[in-house]
Formats: sequence, C-alpha cells, structure tokens
Amino acid sequence: MAYTLNVNGQALNADVDGDTPLLWTLRDTLGIVGPKFGCGVAACGACTVHIDGQPMRSCQIPTASVGAAKIATIEGMATHPVGKKVQAAWMELDVAQCGYCQPGQIMSATALLAKTPKPNDAQIEAAMSGNICRCATYVRIRAAIKHASGQKVEV
Amino acid sequence: MTFQATGANRREILTSVTAAGLTLNFALAPKAGAAAAGVGALNAYVRVAPDGIVTIVAKNPEICQGIKTSLPMMIAEELDVDWKNVRIEQADNDPKAYGRQFAGGSMATPLHWDELRKVGAVARLMLIQAAAQAWNCGPGDCTTTPGTVVNTRSGKKRTYGSLALACANIPAPDPKTVVLKDPMDYRIIGKSMPQYDTARIVTGQPLFGIDVRRPGMLYATYVKGPVFGAKVGSADLDAALAVKGVKKAFVVQGDSAAVMPTGGNIGSGLVPGVAVVADTWWAARKGRNKLKVQWAEHPTSTQSSAGFAARAKELAAGPPQRNARNDGDVEAALKGAAKTVEAAYAYPFLAHSPLEPQNCTAEYKDGKLEIWAPTQFPEPGRQLCAKTLGIKPEDITVHMTRCGGGFGRRLGNDYMVEAAWIARETGAPVKLLWSREDDIQHGFFRPGGFHFFRGGVDAAGNLSAWHDHFVSYGEGAGFASSAGMATTEFPSRFVPNYRQDVSVMPLGMPTGPMRAPGSNALAFVHQSFIDELAHAAGADPLAFQIRLLGDKPVVGEAPGAYAAGRMVGVLKAVGEMSGWASRGKLPKGEGMGVACYYSHMGYFAEVAHVAVSPVGEVKVKKVWVAADVGRQIVNPMGAINQVQGSVLEGVSHALHQQITLANGRVEQSNFTDYPLLRIHEAPAVEVKFVITDYPPTGLGEPALPPAIPAVTNAIFAATGKRVRTLPITKDMLKA
Ligand code: FES
Ligand code: FES
Repeated sequence: MAYTLNVNGQALNADVDGDTPLLWTLRDTLGIVGPKFGCGVAACGACTVHIDGQPMRSCQIPTASVGAAKIATIEGMATHPVGKKVQAAWMELDVAQCGYCQPGQIMSATALLAKTPKPNDAQIEAAMSGNICRCATYVRIRAAIKHASGQKVEV
Repeated sequence: MTFQATGANRREILTSVTAAGLTLNFALAPKAGAAAAGVGALNAYVRVAPDGIVTIVAKNPEICQGIKTSLPMMIAEELDVDWKNVRIEQADNDPKAYGRQFAGGSMATPLHWDELRKVGAVARLMLIQAAAQAWNCGPGDCTTTPGTVVNTRSGKKRTYGSLALACANIPAPDPKTVVLKDPMDYRIIGKSMPQYDTARIVTGQPLFGIDVRRPGMLYATYVKGPVFGAKVGSADLDAALAVKGVKKAFVVQGDSAAVMPTGGNIGSGLVPGVAVVADTWWAARKGRNKLKVQWAEHPTSTQSSAGFAARAKELAAGPPQRNARNDGDVEAALKGAAKTVEAAYAYPFLAHSPLEPQNCTAEYKDGKLEIWAPTQFPEPGRQLCAKTLGIKPEDITVHMTRCGGGFGRRLGNDYMVEAAWIARETGAPVKLLWSREDDIQHGFFRPGGFHFFRGGVDAAGNLSAWHDHFVSYGEGAGFASSAGMATTEFPSRFVPNYRQDVSVMPLGMPTGPMRAPGSNALAFVHQSFIDELAHAAGADPLAFQIRLLGDKPVVGEAPGAYAAGRMVGVLKAVGEMSGWASRGKLPKGEGMGVACYYSHMGYFAEVAHVAVSPVGEVKVKKVWVAADVGRQIVNPMGAINQVQGSVLEGVSHALHQQITLANGRVEQSNFTDYPLLRIHEAPAVEVKFVITDYPPTGLGEPALPPAIPAVTNAIFAATGKRVRTLPITKDMLKA
C-alpha cells in the first residue's frame, strides 16, 4: 500500500505493507539509513526518531499508524535548533567509538534538551537509559549533553 | 581488538606476525595508481593532490577503536602535513599492498608504530628529493614545514601538491635509513584528534555494513538450528514463499562441523540453514517466521550450563586430567601456612553482541564475487568464501565497511560466507542481515570456566602457596578456542609453591576470542582470590599486591616476561588517584576494591568505589584507572574513550551478562534477557596514563580485565560478601 510520510519536512512516498515497522520503511524503502537496527524489540534505542517531537522507537511503529505525523530522523538534525547543538557537542567531545548507537543517542538527547534545557544527571539518566551503547561511551554521552546545554563538564 | 591472550592460538598469531614482519609496501596499490589526474601517489598509503590535500589510506578495519584515525596520524606526522589537509580513505582487503589487515589483540599500535611512521618519513624524503631536483641542489639543503618543502639556503618554497607528480620518477629511499622525528617535535601524534568519521557519524551518513545498498539488491535472512550445527531435517517453505515480497526460500545443506573453529580459524565454513530472500528485509523476516523447519537430532542437544557446573564440581573432586605447572611443593606449603583459603570461582559464557547485528552484502557476477562486510579479519573471510564456493580468491573482492562494534565477534566471517552463498544462489546482489536473536544465539562465545583454588599465606604475611584446578572446555590436551590459560598466568612465577592443574569438558558450542580474551575472565578469578588471601593475611590488599610483585623489575623471559616494576608503578598511581589510604572513612555499605592486570602488553591497575544497598543492589560510583602503555599515547582523546569504554564493559560483565545453555541451545535471545550496562549504571571513570620508556602499545582491551575484580573486591570491602560467581545477583548480596 502507498503511504505518504512527512520525513524531515519532506513528503515521501513509500509503497509498503502497513505493518512494516517505520524503521524498515525508512531504511530499506526510503534509503534513510541514519536510524539503526539494534534489537527490533524496543530495548536498545538505536532506531530512535522523533514523531511530532517525541522520541520513539521506530522499530515498534507500524508504518500505517504514522499518518500525517511529522517524522524527524538524525538526517534532519542539522537544521533542528537543538539537534544541531547536540551534534556539535558530540563532535567536540568525540563521543563515538563505533558510532552505531549515536544517531539514536543524539535523537534522545535532542528530545530531552528541547524539553529540559539544563538537565541534571538524574534527568539525563531517565531520558537516556533506553539507549544502549555497546561500546559504553556513557561518560562522554553525559558530558556532551551537559556541554550542549551550556553546563560545565569534566570528561 | 581481540586474540587469544593465552594458549596456542595467541602464540601462533604472534609468531606469524613476527616471521612475516609487517609487509611495508612502498609500491603503488592499484587504487592509488588509478588516482585522479594531477594527483601524485607516493606509495600505497599516500596521495597528494595539486591543492595540497593529502589522502592517507587507513589499512585496518575500524571496529570502535579509532584506528582509522590513529594509524593515519602516524603517517601524517612524519610526512609533515597539516592534519586539516588530510583525508582518510578506508583500504579494501588487499594483503599485497597492506600486509595483514586485522583488528585484534590490541596489536595495531605496537605493530605499526615504527612502520607507518616510516611510510610517512619515506614519502617526505621523496618530496624533498623532487624539490632538490627542481632546484638543482642537494636534498640536504632542504627541509619541510607542514605541506611545503623549503630550501634552507635560498628560502625558496614548493608545496607538496606541486611536487607529488614528480615523485613518480624518484626511487623510494630504504626505510631502514630514514631518521624519524624527535617526539618533542610532534604536531599530530600525542594531540587529541576527533575520529575522522565523527561528522558522518553524528549526521547519520551511511558508513556501516548495514547501510550498504547496491542496485537491484535483495534482502536475506538465514535461520540456523538452535543446537549448533544441527542439520535441516525437513523444511516446508511454501508458507514463506507465499509472503508478499519473498522471492526465494531455500535450504542450504552446509556443513555441520563448520560451526566449530578449526585450525586457528574462527568458524570454518557454511553452517546448515534455511535462507529467505525478499525485496525488503521485513518481508524476508515475515517469510522466515512462516517457515516450518524440523532440525535433525544433534549430538550436543543434551548439553547445559547446569550440567557443566555439576560436572566441573565432580572433576574438581577427583584427580585432574593433567598438570600444567608445578613449582615448589604446594601441599607442604599449605600445611605450613599460617592461613589457608579455599574457594570455587565460576564465570559464564558471554555473547559479543556488537550493536550492529552481523550483516554482509554480496554480489556474484560472471564468476566473480564482490563483498561489502563489517569484518575484523577480511582475508580469512575471502579465503573462506573461496573454499566454500569453489572460486579463486583472486576473483573475490572484499570491501571493509565501518563496523558497529567488533569485540572479536567479527574475526569470524560466518556471516560473510552465508551472504556469498545466498547471493550466488539468488543470482542478485543480496544483503544478509541477522536479527538480534540470531546474533545472541549464534556467536563464538566467550567460554565460561571454573577454578577451584586453594591458597596459603605464611606467618610473615607472604603468599606462599597457590593451587588452581582449572576446569575448562576442550578435548584431550586441547582447550576450546579462548578457553585456555597460560602457565605463566599471574601469580605464577611470583609464588614459590604454585601448581596449576587442568581438566576439560567437551563442548558443542562454538567459542572464540572476545575483547581481552582469556584475561577478561582470568583477571576476575585471580585478582579476587589474591584479594581473599590479602584479607586472610590481614593486609591492605593494595600493599599485598605490591609486596607480591616483589622488587625485580622484570620476571621471566620474553615473550612471557612480566614487568613487575611497571605494575607496581600503576598500583601506586591508582592508590594516590583514588584516595585509597582514606577508604576507611567511607560510609557503611560502601567500599573500595583494587585489582591489577597485565594483558595485551599493557599494565593496568584499577580501583572501584561501590555502594551496596541492604537489598543487595550494587551501584558502582567511580572507577580510577592507572595505565602504563609505554612512552607515547598516540591520540589521547581516543585513548581515554577506549579505556573508559573497556572499564564500563567490565562493569557490565560483572553486573549483568551471562549466556546459559539448556538442551544444547542458548536460552537468551535479545537485550531483554541479555542486558547490557545502561547510562544510569555507568560510573565516572578517571584515567591516568603513567608514561614509561617502553614502546607504545594498544588500548582496545587491557583496561577491561581488572575492572571486574576491582568491583567485586570493592563489594567485599563494602559488605564482607565475596562474589565468586558472575554475574552478580542481588541474592548474593542481600544483607
Ligand atoms: S532497534 Fe528499535 S529499540 Fe532497538
Ligand atoms: S559507540 Fe558503539 S554502540 Fe555506542
């Protein structure tokens, strides 16, 4: 079935079965590969996108259920007022090791900072605990979120 | 990132590397030779464009260790260019041009430190030669500033970009004769450089194997028997084929034996299974869920973790199958000891679970195979595909993509040969992608193991007797892959009466090297038992370790030499950093533990500070690390990240991870029942590099092993409860 999805401000057409998780529609049908596949069961956060600004696990969202909601992926963060700051902080601190989880981490961090501009440790942990980093770059993730929000950091 | 730290495999790899040397090829790689017009290729690694942009080839696989950045830094330093003008290009698998290309054993830095600096230095000399020819002067009259050759007499200058083409006619000087820079003059090495790919990573650019797309590409899943190597008994494919989008479904006969590593390979062929190929991965997965497969009975389907634990106990109660080392007289020393301790330790199987599930894209056309793979060891993958598909290795090209983590899992190329086979059967480019469940249930697992210790301290408080009956996996005199232990395992050689006995149990589950192989388990048991003996002696555990290390700077001969002096240095450093001396002031329920470990040529001492709640919940509050990896940290920013990540991985092993077997099958399937450390459990990790005058060595692994016993020793300090089995459970620690 043909769906029109609003991805990063663009209307894109995808002809997929309605039960196809948004993750696979984005990756395989639309070629938007920033959202990553890590578990398929909402346990790792690698596939995190924003749906109307809310961080969601795209591996759990049937394409048919998205409707006209605004989807934002990591590819759209360069023009997102908070997202681009988060990306800059991630680069400055060179958070990544393998980098595979980082699109998901950045999407979760951006959603956090959009709501809570100066989060404390507990708020960071609550917002980020759904995102696994297998390389365990957690020390820098915490630092980069603080840095992006203009708070002092030690790495 | 990983190779056997102990046992035969590790030695084989080390000797073959030394024997072959590192193939330093100053000829042109095909890729370099085919460069764009005006671009001068100086050797297989370096090309210079007229505008001064320098392309440096990163020869090794990037798996999370930052090697794609740090190896080119070595070349750029000696070439004398500005880092901002450097572009890095990932090499394909090309042993003729680049020698051995692998990510393993934390060996890239020690293996390339001299060689790649020489690659840069030789290229620089060629540029100087070219300038000298143009100026009709001797090369001795020339020097360089970044990107420019300068005539020291006339003051004339030529950019590298204007000289590179002329280098085609200049013979490369003998690398043995080049003089390398004084480290005092370094502009790149030793400076913190963000990973070259960092901008691409944070913007979600396609970089990983899973992101590869080819025109007309189909997607595949591959289902294997839950018991390792089980053959397909019967398969009903109709329902799968009826799923919209499914193009093909077929049984792959494969080879049952291929599941087990043989001859130093990690996985040696194509394991039986059923492939489903579709126009999207989701359709392939739906088709797969509709398959009805009967797996043939398999001889190892009775094996279980509980059975192995019971059998290990039985074995420990009897005489060992063999003795591996026997120094002094352990029995007499135990009899004469002031204090003796007996303890049984165990650790579980672990899955590597890199966050990017195994995948590979393959295209077979006109007898030639092209492969895009996240792999840590491309050449054995190519050989495996050649052997399995019956085609010549020369007809196979392997492109290395960035790996979403490796940890040793991608040293085995099982997914590569599966993709190659499925692509040829399908007649179209195919991306094979495993599910997380496939990944957790079909690994080359970190082997579990059992240690039955007896130890004694004498009246003077010295460790005087040590006996380990090590029950591991293997057959006859051999260990399963990565399930061995060296006879020099510390504190062997430091205790006058030391005996190491071994018994093994046959295992039908494939095992293999996982980040700091061997060490990642052996550090826990040895450093914990030393801590037990320190407490038995009534000694400060850190002082006890220093005393045990003695005053000889080095014990034993290469390659098994142990620089005890370096370990003492890091122990003292970590004691200071952590405020070890004032740990008595910590509140009730909190404690500090210390552990040290030598692996992958690095000396590491770590202190953990933990709090344990009355219901047995552990919070690791902080870890301090003192590390000695020689005289030069190549990229401090990346180095600290590696150490912090390794330590947190150790904490994750301690708190969470275990794979169990029942009926020959892995019981876990995803991050829901195989949890990994999350951010709210991650302590701060403070790192200090203790600089000593030794050649620089690698950092992908050696920080991990001591993190685990530092945590468990801290738990003992906090609660008086000794953790002897991993992972830690609340039940073990309830007040
Ligand atoms: S892939 Fe969606 S949460 Fe892991
Ligand atoms: S950087 Fe590798 S999983 Fe996070």
